[in-house]
Amino acid sequence: MKTQSNIERILESGQLVVTSECGPPRGADPEVIRRKGKLLQGVVDAVNVTDNQTSVVRMSSFSSCLILKEMGFDPILQMVCRDRNRIAIQSDILGAAALGINNILCLTGDHQKFGDHPKAKNVFDMDSIQLIQTVKTMRDEGKFLGGEELKGRPMLFIGAAENPFADPFEIRAARLGKKVKAGVEFLQTQCIYNVPRFEKWMEMVRNRGLHEKVAILAGVTPFKSVGMARYMKNQVPGMDVPDEMIERLKGVPKEKQAEEGIRICVETIQRLKEIPGVRGIHIMAIEWEEKVKEIAERAGLLPRPQIK
Amino acid sequence: MIVANRKTLEEILSMLKPYQKILLLGCNECVTVCATGGEREVGVLASEIRLSRAKDGEPVEIKEFTLERQCDHEYIDQIRSFAGDYEVILSMACGAGIQYVAERYRNKVVLPAVNTTFLGVTLEQGVWAERCQGCGECVLHLTGGVCPIARCAKSLLNGPCGGSSNGKCEVDKELDCGWQLIIDRLKELGQLDKYEEIIPIKDWTPARDGGPRKRVREDLKL
Repeated sequence: MKTQSNIERILESGQLVVTSECGPPRGADPEVIRRKGKLLQGVVDAVNVTDNQTSVVRMSSFSSCLILKEMGFDPILQMVCRDRNRIAIQSDILGAAALGINNILCLTGDHQKFGDHPKAKNVFDMDSIQLIQTVKTMRDEGKFLGGEELKGRPMLFIGAAENPFADPFEIRAARLGKKVKAGVEFLQTQCIYNVPRFEKWMEMVRNRGLHEKVAILAGVTPFKSVGMARYMKNQVPGMDVPDEMIERLKGVPKEKQAEEGIRICVETIQRLKEIPGVRGIHIMAIEWEEKVKEIAERAGLLPRPQIK
Repeated sequence: MIVANRKTLEEILSMLKPYQKILLLGCNECVTVCATGGEREVGVLASEIRLSRAKDGEPVEIKEFTLERQCDHEYIDQIRSFAGDYEVILSMACGAGIQYVAERYRNKVVLPAVNTTFLGVTLEQGVWAERCQGCGECVLHLTGGVCPIARCAKSLLNGPCGGSSNGKCEVDKELDCGWQLIIDRLKELGQLDKYEEIIPIKDWTPARDGGPRKRVREDLKL
């Protein structure tokens, strides 16, 4: 084992990993994080903490990670390249490792246009692939990007995200290949609704042998309603929601749509678990954390292995 | 060319409020090509200002003059004989031209009539688009002749991000994804293998991050 990461430990034991995510609040109240955390206790092996997702200002990922760490979680620090240059990024990596964070998810970050401060200047001093390289260089070579040696290596398990449904489809596996070359160790995918297309992507991934070099955790998000499904299909870039899924939700009465959404999600997980190369499931129940336990339970993902 | 947009008449009038004698200065280079600050636009703006101020009962005297270039002192010096007759110079050149005029006429207030935007090309009559950000270290040989710094909304060197959809950028459905263009072009050239290589983190010192830039050619100096 390279790190103290629970994800790494469970992967090494050969078991499926289950992760979920927790979006920090738009305010300084730590109880919001604790409340969300309680809903995930005993349900997941590690929990992602988003970094100002959709470019809306929230409590920092790092401080929210620490609150979850105090509750016994193994948090995954999400870090985007939008808001920090290489000086701030390396500094935050050291700080996170010093305070016991074991996992980092290296992301490009949504454009600030989507958020509540569209007039901000963006940074993008590096991209997500270069961020993976940065963490790896610091951890494995004990060096800063500037070449100087650092004392006390940040022992972080290195993750990234990939959207199998974004375009151009033909280079999506090649792009994962670049992340692997950069040193990524676990990968969480964008929400999967179109399973056949995901299977096709996984086939491309396996043809390159990438599934043996990076642990792929397949991402799912339950629909609360047909309205949410339509929104995801039409408004969220790079999201692939098949029409039959919308038809299926439309076919049940409004008050039963949430239950149907959960059922679709559970069925999707059961299909994903069978795909060769899938090493875990990442359940993103957006502002619906109370349903993660039920989804995990019904998909046969519980109980989780005990954290030592 | 350098592409600029004219400021609104309201903004220009508000800057000119304290002045009666105005030297309106156009430029015959880039801003003429992008139809923003050439001789024709100088004429149009001068008429708009005169009409507006006359209506408000605050008439102005405007001298219209267009220089060959506002980024070369030999041309800027052509207004030296009469610049003193005016309270203010309103320049329609790019930001470089406006500043150089201000540098050469230190006791004169020099105001911008345009917003300078980007280095670009003419796509069709009346349409210009950004192509270069002058980052000081060209990577076009690695990216099929399409610039990831200027044409990706996040300037990713190893794109595309997850927001690329049907060839368009997540920022705007009308905007081409720069990385889709790079990949298409690499494919056309039979160079898709170049995509497999990670482009390393960029040295931004040759860009504006290294401070204001200056180039000296000793062999050309007099």
